[in-house]
Amino acid sequence: MDGSRSEQALADQDLVSRLRTGDEDAFVAVVERYHTQLVRLASAFVSGSGSAEDVAQETWLARITGIDRFESRSSLRTWLFQICVNRARSVGEREHRSVPVDHVEASVDAEQFTPTGAWTSPPAPWPDWSGDPSDDADLVATIRMAITRLPGMQRLVVTMRDLDGLTSGEVCQVLSISEANQRVLLHRGRGNVRASIQRAVTGR
Amino acid sequence: MRLIRRRPDITCRQAVDLITGYLDDVLPADVRSRLETHLADCPHCAEYIAQIRAIIAISGHVETDELTPRARETLVRLYRQTQGE
Repeated sequence: MDGSRSEQALADQDLVSRLRTGDEDAFVAVVERYHTQLVRLASAFVSGSGSAEDVAQETWLARITGIDRFESRSSLRTWLFQICVNRARSVGEREHRSVPVDHVEASVDAEQFTPTGAWTSPPAPWPDWSGDPSDDADLVATIRMAITRLPGMQRLVVTMRDLDGLTSGEVCQVLSISEANQRVLLHRGRGNVRASIQRAVTGR
Repeated sequence: MRLIRRRPDITCRQAVDLITGYLDDVLPADVRSRLETHLADCPHCAEYIAQIRAIIAISGHVETDELTPRARETLVRLYRQTQGE
């Protein structure tokens, strides 16, 4: 994964240079790579797929007109995600939609443990998933659905970390949150996804 | 073989709380080693972390939607407009 990430960073660098010269093919390549990820990010803040699509479009517009301000110390993707989140936040606020805040919920783990910290009902074993999980379309779909149902900030953090493969530092930069907060949101999000899968797999 | 079983250093609840930091490799060395001792001793927490690892691995296979021809067309038009200015 690290290998493909650094390959991607190299490819992004090349695309940025080509974008600066007004290369339309480079623009299409970057759009192919990131547009639907931007729409997915924006949809956590704004209502309706139309608004999310608009936010993603405005992100591209900012991208094209601001290409000379882009500095390569931040990755192209982090920069795009940041513009998209900022834009989506203000659109969401204008829609008077409850925009996800970096509020940390009370521990969802509490009820799983006795007052002395032992499991009340230990995690039931799951089927063996040591094979190629991409062969199991149902499982991938169940996880995707569980992530979609997470509260806003947990959904954003889990999506960027586990689906898009950003580092914790990149997620903090995109969402303007602390490392500690990012970790709590990720922890809660993954815990909630696990609980959904547990219900789907074992019926409890 | 030890006759007296060592008292677990941390509780299951603490172990679960530490897992995300553990997977991100940001725990102080002493905490990390206490957690690893717990995971080696406790099948429930070992199962829990195996499940979280499985979820992370499978999440990497969730694909993003494909770019629709319509969205691509709109964006290319937008791009040409800005280039023409």
